[in-house]
Amino acid sequence: MSKITQIEGKAVPVEGNDIDTDRIIPARYLKEITFTNMGKYPFYDERFDAEGKPKGHPFDLPQFSGAHILFVNQNFGCGSSREHAPQALMRWGIRAIIGESFAEIFAGNCTMLGIPTATVSQDEMRKLQSLVKAKPEIQFTLDLEKKTLLSGGKEHLRFDIHESKRNALVNGTWDSTGLLLANAAKTAEVARKLPYVAGF
Amino acid sequence: MSKGTLYNKVWDAHVVEKLPTGQYQLFIGLHLIHEVTSPQAFDMVAEKGLKVAYPQRTFATVDHIVPTQNQARPFADAEAEQMMGAIEKNVKKFGVPFFDFDSGSQGIVHIIGPEMGLTQPGMTIACGDSHTSTHGAFGTLAFGIGTTQVRDVLATQCLAMDALKVRRVNVNGKLNPGVTAKDVTLYIIQKLGVKGGIGYAYEYGGSVFDRFTMEERMTVCNMAIEGGARVGYVNPDQTTFDYLQGRKYAPGADKWDKALAYWKSVASDKEAQYDDVVEFNGEDIEPIVTWGITPDQSVGVNDKLPEVGRFSPDEVKTVELAYRHMDLKPGSPIKGTPIDVAFIGSCTNGRLSDLREAAKVAKGRKVARTVRAFVVPGSQKVKAAAEKEGLDKVFTEAGFEWRGAGCSMCLAMNPDKLKGREISASSSNRNFIGRQGSKDGRTMLMSPAMVAAAAVEGRVTDVRELMKTS
Ligand code: SF4
Repeated sequence: MSKITQIEGKAVPVEGNDIDTDRIIPARYLKEITFTNMGKYPFYDERFDAEGKPKGHPFDLPQFSGAHILFVNQNFGCGSSREHAPQALMRWGIRAIIGESFAEIFAGNCTMLGIPTATVSQDEMRKLQSLVKAKPEIQFTLDLEKKTLLSGGKEHLRFDIHESKRNALVNGTWDSTGLLLANAAKTAEVARKLPYVAGF
Repeated sequence: MSKGTLYNKVWDAHVVEKLPTGQYQLFIGLHLIHEVTSPQAFDMVAEKGLKVAYPQRTFATVDHIVPTQNQARPFADAEAEQMMGAIEKNVKKFGVPFFDFDSGSQGIVHIIGPEMGLTQPGMTIACGDSHTSTHGAFGTLAFGIGTTQVRDVLATQCLAMDALKVRRVNVNGKLNPGVTAKDVTLYIIQKLGVKGGIGYAYEYGGSVFDRFTMEERMTVCNMAIEGGARVGYVNPDQTTFDYLQGRKYAPGADKWDKALAYWKSVASDKEAQYDDVVEFNGEDIEPIVTWGITPDQSVGVNDKLPEVGRFSPDEVKTVELAYRHMDLKPGSPIKGTPIDVAFIGSCTNGRLSDLREAAKVAKGRKVARTVRAFVVPGSQKVKAAAEKEGLDKVFTEAGFEWRGAGCSMCLAMNPDKLKGREISASSSNRNFIGRQGSKDGRTMLMSPAMVAAAAVEGRVTDVRELMKTS
């Protein structure tokens, strides 16, 4: 599996605290039995009116098209465990998310897809969101080894990221099945020792 | 660092290995699956040429997309039918036990696990659904997971997990009449916030929890996730053991003593250490109603809606959006807010005791003419038990519709939906924008008895006023 150490690209801001996964992807799109089409749906109800016309959400503004990095605020991705949410963002083009804080299941789901969820302070996020609104063409480089965000090739900003998530991404072990399978014998041993697995 | 808590004990007993990432490989004792988050996971398992590692530790049901009115196959919705077909195919192919319509045990995944005795103290449990925290009521560590993690559990019976901190949440004293477990859980979320639990497992305790039934404990643990805590639990005690005895998958008489010994051993020690402790008073809790778009935006039913200025600057945006979306005014009372729809059901409040509480209020009254009201039992077994007591009659005579088991309008992936700007009184767990099937639809969360009261009065009502006159 690929090691993820650097992510480069333009950024797109989506502002507001507590943006839940129902807003990121409405439940009606969960009826599809594959993730293939999810890239069409992120923030659907906030982006389109009843006739399907764009309402001017950042995901539809030309200056942010092709962005790979998403700037968000607090508790992003709260609510449902639906992986359709990060799948939708990823398939739209998002490769990394920087925010003030993330809901845990959402952040875990992102890591399993190879998407880093990095955090910065509220002040720093305000500045980043204003910066990208004023200058959407700026290229950012998120460096997971140095834990820095480089904007426009000059200014460095340090970010935080959960250490186990960072390790998984930079070592290329974010798709965990392989890691877990390697310990199958030990798993069976642990299972045997659990009174309820043995049937008491 | 916590020490000697149920969390620590159950975690330690299930750790297989510390992974090179710093995460832990955790053995999962019980894996519950449903139709929505499993098809992609089964596909990924098949693509990798793997099989289900412990099929006898995985159980499946259908709940999210099933219609609650006409459950005859094929379903009218072709996508729902296709999804149903996918889980039927997968459980057969991989040898997973399946509680389908014909089993008599179908229902919301978090209701049937406990009901069948599958959920037992000291287990780790995973399910591709965030409300898996419900099972914590039995003293389990129960994690809601995404689809790629469902794949991992199918293929390895393990998850790669980060350790959590443990916060003890005490509610002592007595609850006032008319105050329910739903109000307790909404109160805790109101006080600690929707982000308060991030990074924590919540251990609920205190005399209010000691006296709670298992169904009440489930209601509180169910909404741990709404408070940001991935896991919520109550230590197992005699109430837990009594609930389990005699259930289909619970240990039989010959194994009972051994099971009891294990179950008792996992409870938190008296001198357990917590990362944090918070205290609440049962007497301070009133029937609660949410007025906003996150479950912590709530007030006591007799309170006025908070002024925007009362919130910290970083909350103001969400609060303003909430008032705009809900079309409610700061400073005005929540009581008296007219409703269009009343929904009683979901994994928070779709159990027999919930229906009984609601039926007490509905009995001998009529649903207001302006209100569409329906009751959705959480499982086929709940439905059968309720019908045996005649609750279905109480509801239908009052003008509520009586439905088949499923998630229904909790998330509206099925025909049960709000229309347009309709506003609901709902016993479910999420008031997010769009949650109940209309992007302009509005949701007020409350207890099942409060929903019944709102249904008959046509507006948000303090259920205690009806209790006086009934
Ligand atoms: S009832 Fe609602 S919260 Fe519970 S499992 Fe179904 S959709 Fe999820």
